[in-house]
Amino acid sequence: MRINVKVNGEAREADVEPRLLLVHFLREDLGLTGTHIGCDTTSCGACTIVLDGKAIKSCTAFAVQANDRDVLTVEGLEKNGKLDRIQEGFHEEHGLQCGFCTPGMMMTSYALLQTNPTPTEGDIRVGISGNLCRCTGYVNIVKAIQYAAQKPAQ
Amino acid sequence: MIPASFDYSSPGTLAEAIALLQQHGADAKILAGGQSLIPLMKLRMAAPKHIVDINRIADLSYIREEDGHLAIGAMTREADIDASALIRERYPILHDTASVIADPLVRNMSTVGGNLAHADPANDHPATMLALGAEIVATGPGGARTIAVTDLFTGPFTTSLNADEILTEIRIPIAKVRSGGAYLKVERKVGDFPAAAVAVQIAFNGSTIASAGIGLTNVGATPIKAVRAEQALVGKAPDDGVIQEAARIASEEAEPSEDLRGPVDYKRSLVRVLTARALRQAIARANGGS
Amino acid sequence: MEPRTSPEIGGMGHSVKRKEDGRFLRGQGKYVDDVVLPGMLYLDIVRSPYAHAKILSIDDSKAMAIPGVLAVITGKTLEQYGLHWMPTLMSDTQMVLPVDKVMHQGQEVAAVLATSRYIAADGIQAVEVDYEPLPVVVDPFKALLPDATVLRTDKEGKKDNHIWHWEAGDRAGTEEAFKNAEVTVTQDIYIPRINVASIETCGCVASFNKVDGKLTVWMTTQAPHAIRTVFALVAGHVGLSEEKIRIIAPDIGGGFGGKVPVYPGYVIAVAASVLTGKPVKWIEDRMENLQAASFARDYHITAELAGKKDGTLEALRFKTVADHGYTDAAANPSKFPAGLFHIATGSYDFKKAFMEVDAAYTNKPPGGIAYRCSFRVTEAVHAIERMVDIYAHELKMDPADLRKKNFIKEAQFPYKSQFGFEYDSGNYAAALDLAMQRIGYDELRKEQEEKRAKGELMGIGISSFTEIVGAGPSKHYDILGIKMFDSCELRVHPTGKAMARFGTKSQGQGHETTYAQIIAEELGIPSAHIAVEEGDTDTAPYGLGTYASRSTPVAGAAAAIAARKVRDKARKIAAYLLEVSEEDLEWEPGKFSVKGSPSKAKTIQEIALAAYTNHPPGMEAGLEAVNYYDPPNLTYPFGSYICVVDIDRGTGQVKVRRFVAVDDCGNIINPMIVEGQIHGGLTMGLAPALYEEINYDAYGNIQGGSLMDYLVPTSMETPAWETDKTYTPSPHHPLGTKGVGESATVGAPAAIANAVVDALWHLGVRHVDIPITPPKVWKLLADAGVAE
Repeated sequence: MRINVKVNGEAREADVEPRLLLVHFLREDLGLTGTHIGCDTTSCGACTIVLDGKAIKSCTAFAVQANDRDVLTVEGLEKNGKLDRIQEGFHEEHGLQCGFCTPGMMMTSYALLQTNPTPTEGDIRVGISGNLCRCTGYVNIVKAIQYAAQKPAQ
Repeated sequence: MIPASFDYSSPGTLAEAIALLQQHGADAKILAGGQSLIPLMKLRMAAPKHIVDINRIADLSYIREEDGHLAIGAMTREADIDASALIRERYPILHDTASVIADPLVRNMSTVGGNLAHADPANDHPATMLALGAEIVATGPGGARTIAVTDLFTGPFTTSLNADEILTEIRIPIAKVRSGGAYLKVERKVGDFPAAAVAVQIAFNGSTIASAGIGLTNVGATPIKAVRAEQALVGKAPDDGVIQEAARIASEEAEPSEDLRGPVDYKRSLVRVLTARALRQAIARANGGS
Repeated sequence: MEPRTSPEIGGMGHSVKRKEDGRFLRGQGKYVDDVVLPGMLYLDIVRSPYAHAKILSIDDSKAMAIPGVLAVITGKTLEQYGLHWMPTLMSDTQMVLPVDKVMHQGQEVAAVLATSRYIAADGIQAVEVDYEPLPVVVDPFKALLPDATVLRTDKEGKKDNHIWHWEAGDRAGTEEAFKNAEVTVTQDIYIPRINVASIETCGCVASFNKVDGKLTVWMTTQAPHAIRTVFALVAGHVGLSEEKIRIIAPDIGGGFGGKVPVYPGYVIAVAASVLTGKPVKWIEDRMENLQAASFARDYHITAELAGKKDGTLEALRFKTVADHGYTDAAANPSKFPAGLFHIATGSYDFKKAFMEVDAAYTNKPPGGIAYRCSFRVTEAVHAIERMVDIYAHELKMDPADLRKKNFIKEAQFPYKSQFGFEYDSGNYAAALDLAMQRIGYDELRKEQEEKRAKGELMGIGISSFTEIVGAGPSKHYDILGIKMFDSCELRVHPTGKAMARFGTKSQGQGHETTYAQIIAEELGIPSAHIAVEEGDTDTAPYGLGTYASRSTPVAGAAAAIAARKVRDKARKIAAYLLEVSEEDLEWEPGKFSVKGSPSKAKTIQEIALAAYTNHPPGMEAGLEAVNYYDPPNLTYPFGSYICVVDIDRGTGQVKVRRFVAVDDCGNIINPMIVEGQIHGGLTMGLAPALYEEINYDAYGNIQGGSLMDYLVPTSMETPAWETDKTYTPSPHHPLGTKGVGESATVGAPAAIANAVVDALWHLGVRHVDIPITPPKVWKLLADAGVAE
């Protein structure tokens, strides 16, 4: 099936099997390997991207569902060589170690701050509760998002 | 991790969707939020030959009070129910429920209609809808009909919807004055299905309970309406003894099975404890607190 | 701890922001599944639903009929090349693909090679395997009984399921001590199986070039050189030769020990690539990872302490049955099949100790140490800290007081334990005092009394652990005979920048930043100017890899020594340039100056340039050094953790209200990174304490084989950890630093378990096995008549 998806602001066209998972479309058809796969039961959130402004698990959507829609992945966060405030926050607050959950975690954080620009720590912890991290124990991820919330959105 | 192949349609109208269901019969499956269906397909525990994606049909997502009921479009996302000021203020039991379904990412996609139509006994909305005395609207080739939620769940993953019908709306009786409800869930961690969960919705007449709805999640083959526990509340002023008794009866109406979430006696006890706690919270909300 | 270098140099003690972040933040990390090569094929694996079964037949006809399926590889295929079995890191043997029978649920049975990931997935569904189930052995005690079904029928003459017996200490002396003791305390402690479940699963891309005979494998491995040597030894007979094997560990999404073993999937992928001459990718699913990759723990311990009524501990005796699954594929140093479990005398000055461990084969996946455990130190610490708490509670003594009474005193270091370890340094009382002060211990005990009177359940648990890391001295430590040194190769370029390569491999620990800081400390070259590389066996010096918190103690020392060698040569060059003798020079970070004439100086950058443009006659040009560091001893980080829990009497849920962790890892390279390690480690201690568990029913069916039931904590379950430090340097490490990666995972579970038991002791509860789940707690409450 022919699909047209806007990915990180760019129109992308492809012919895909209906069963092709959105995460595989992004990683393999488009070569955007920043989005990762960490499980097979929709449990870990490593695959999180932003679809029409909402953070979703791209392993639990078909690429065909993204037809005529807008996808933002981690590769689309940096604009004109400037890191997004979320990326800056994760760096400044040591919110990543192995980096594998990080793209998904940042996309969730990005969408969180869009809908709730002044989240409490409790809001943040709820907001990222769909994203598992094994390395950081979440403390510095919370700090990273709090850091980003203090900065103006790009 | 990879589903079996299938054909895919993405109709723009209800009529087209229904026609596709008629055409493909048992080979077809509706794709709403997909957060239950797609995981099953990835495990190859479901392998529908034809997917009918109803996400592009307009006007199936709304939350509004009209004609004596709260009408929620079946494609309303859980995240939207969670964020709705109307629901938070007037139907807090629904906010309680939506906010504990899976995790926030899943809630951005999953729909209240799908949560009901999928009829997983572990899903959260069914018990709440039972407690609220809700009904659903099913739209098929012959038009729309209503089904009381008490008649909807016929078995695990089975509803009384026909194969060519789509659940399009949920109707909840308008919130009465001096009514309140709560949904309490015990899960092993955020994102899990419940070990047990209880929905309680009550309305007062003076100092006594005029109506009570109690729904139990994941302690039976279908969601359970704890009818005897409800009856033990009606007409009574809910003092501690009345609450405890109703809770005890509710736990007897539960039919839990042992699994990784716990043994039968634990789950039964949870139903009792959660019923009492939800009842107290419902009462507080009915009296203007939270 | 004041840094000695300026922030511009960024040596030890500075919280330098991580250099590796740049690519991760942009989604430009290169993990194994990101590797794409032209013509690459995909491998997927058919796995056994049975825990023990004969394979009667494998029918691949339907699979082969699927367009795009190129081959179905079975044990019989590999048998032709002698590759159907391989050695494990513990010198046992493991099936790559079975010919006769399978021995655990989830075991690899056949592999499908296809042109796409999706077609390979279709292929494995179409392979038809006919099994004849055999009796299943899941209980390791039953496995050791004389009439048990013998599992390893492949081992000639093997008539039982006993793998090995290992013991340490003084059996007779300990028995005597127990006979004469005023108080003895016994407890059975089971530490169940868990799986580390790094967010990235295991996998590889194997690429064999038929023209030059070179095999390149991108692999999720924490120990690339060891893998290369193992491959050369195992597959030498099919033409693989070590100089033509290149293992590349690219970015790795978490290791924690789970990416040390050689998994059958790797070997099958290599074989498939060698046979086809095409690159072959194999990436396991999460369920495959949970059901077949290396587990951790599974120790059944009968623990005993003996001592005096006044709280003096005298003797310790542990008897353990270790459930290893169907083969011993742990990755312990070869002389220590139970790892460093004999650190179990912990922080306490025992006079006598004895322990024995018996390992059993069962119909479960193999493994044993893959979850941030420092070679079985998690098990040891859990046991001793539980026992010390039980001892204290039995005597109605405050658990903090009992610990302080028995701590090894500062003056006793270096301390020789009853099990033969020489602890390098420690100050246990200071750490516990700080933890107690931070958490407000005395006020909490008061609060607990008040709450108890009202029927509310609140508990305080302490864990004062001694860790043991940095394996290890060549005298005692090797893996498959390869000694456990590690290495640094350091080169300073003409423009004063540097590159350092190591035999270790970071999986998130921040080596690109921290190793640079060590070299910056020693040479005064800004850490921002020092590039660190690891993981490519074609370029990195040989090392045993990163696990068991060994990188800083071993490779970090190598970095310091290599840098000092460079500095020694730099001194000679400086003396030549300044026309003085070496003794006339003084060093400060970044420059040599003439004593008494500080303006006569040469910076390290000037010296570096001179090494290539104006080096002294008779001296080799260049400015580089290599060090292979053989540590003289292990290092002994330690800490005291205190946990406060509140228990819901209605649901049995345990809520961690507060958790204070005081850690001492000696001198610290990067405080920010150390704190991050502790946060993560604590969360991996919380997880097995309250949530995670892998079990098998009587038929060997896994319970908890997906992330739906294997409960990895989210941000909601994880408390806001509070951390603090004391600083007791290691006297033998060149930098005085000890390593810290696993301390928190080692120390935390006991603090949490002790808190729960402390909350319930007055109800007659003396022990609860982890994970302490709500149904377990509820049952105790119900039995005691206090459930809501």
